Amino acid sequence: MDSYYNPADLKKFGNIAEFQKEFADKFFAYYGAVFAEGALTAREKSLIALAVSHAVQCPYCIDAYTNDTLEKGCSEPEMMEAVHVAAAIRGGATLVHGVQMMNKVKELSM
Amino acid sequence: MKSLKATGHELADSAFQLTVLSREAAATAHLPRFHQQLAGVGLLPLRPVAPAVLQLNVGKMCNQVCRHCHVDAGPDRKEIMTRETMQQCLDALARTDIQTVDLTGGAPEMNPDFRWLVEEITNLGRKVLVRCNLTIIVANKKYHDLPEFFRQHGVEVVSSLPFYSADKTDRQRGAGVFADSIRALHMLNAVGYGQPGSGLVLNLVYNPSGAFLPGAQLGLEQQFKRALLKDHGIVFNNLFAITNLPVSRYLDYLIESNNYAGYMEKLVTAFNPAAAAGVMCRSTLSVSWDGGLYDCDFNQMLDLGVASPVQHIRDFDAAALAERAIVINEHCYGCTAGSGSSCGGTTV
Repeated sequence: MDSYYNPADLKKFGNIAEFQKEFADKFFAYYGAVFAEGALTAREKSLIALAVSHAVQCPYCIDAYTNDTLEKGCSEPEMMEAVHVAAAIRGGATLVHGVQMMNKVKELSM
Repeated sequence: MKSLKATGHELADSAFQLTVLSREAAATAHLPRFHQQLAGVGLLPLRPVAPAVLQLNVGKMCNQVCRHCHVDAGPDRKEIMTRETMQQCLDALARTDIQTVDLTGGAPEMNPDFRWLVEEITNLGRKVLVRCNLTIIVANKKYHDLPEFFRQHGVEVVSSLPFYSADKTDRQRGAGVFADSIRALHMLNAVGYGQPGSGLVLNLVYNPSGAFLPGAQLGLEQQFKRALLKDHGIVFNNLFAITNLPVSRYLDYLIESNNYAGYMEKLVTAFNPAAAAGVMCRSTLSVSWDGGLYDCDFNQMLDLGVASPVQHIRDFDAAALAERAIVINEHCYGCTAGSGSSCGGTTV
């Protein structure tokens, strides 16, 4: 293996059942149910998944949900706005800790 | 942009396309062949049912040169159906109880005998469905009255609009196509097409602008309806989601963009036995500009004539054609993926 990530491995996701079938079966059943039409549309869920894929920086998920959002008729601006939502939350999560830093500075400083 | 034929491209040769599709390319050699899949679900040989649609391709001439076109149509294509061949189609039609005639091209309206053909079909009491690319309506003054002509003859209009925004549409169909399509849709709406209660049907065709499959037809239809109404005040009846088949210019796109193997794998992985049972070639007879008989428009472009002693519309024989096995090849995977695909959208 010359890389930690191989695009071909995405198609082998189901193979995780080889080592632990019961949990894999439960996971994939749950996964399918989560992405079905519900209170949110399958399209909305796909855009959320695209954003989360970027937040967790999973290349498999980015490939999968880029394809999925395209199939569901999402426009390119919609897809990029979803990525910005992920970036804003990640950036905000960093910055909001700045308050903690400020608190500590004030505690330690004259 | 010119047609593949005009540029002397190797994919303009249908035999070369079949070579590519027949897995001589090592990249897809591991995938099962289409006939194997059909045999696996008990559908080999694939047999026709009673024909419901006579599809006439009245010519390859078109005012557009779309990147995905399986016909390799364009302004430089001069192959169009003569009135003599149209009359042979009408004579055959009169001897059947086929109720719908589907006119396609190219831009069928560019055939000088198009209006005569529509009138003759309606005189036989059959319904006409025209695959109108929309932009032809605004391409030249002589076509501006097409919406009124369609209305007068109760023609059902089926029009391609790959997306509800300009960028994706123009990338697939050419610069300015979206704006012209919107103008044409306004003209169709103005005479009643797509309007509730008018009885004038305007259906749109969505096909993916790239190497991916269409999503759920109903969800796409809802998005198109919402966006076209909100942004442009346009209404229509139904959206047909159609899968791109790896034929001609779309095959060229797949190869050039290095997406061929991945796309074929998507199609094969998504093979759906229910969609295979409902493929439109079972209930359609396709006629080429020169009168040749085919199982579908895609087979026509691959020069895969019907497997029957009857090869031309002048020799039409319903009983003999009913005995044929439908000619299949690897491109057929495009009609059997997911919810299926046909000229009328999904089939499952």
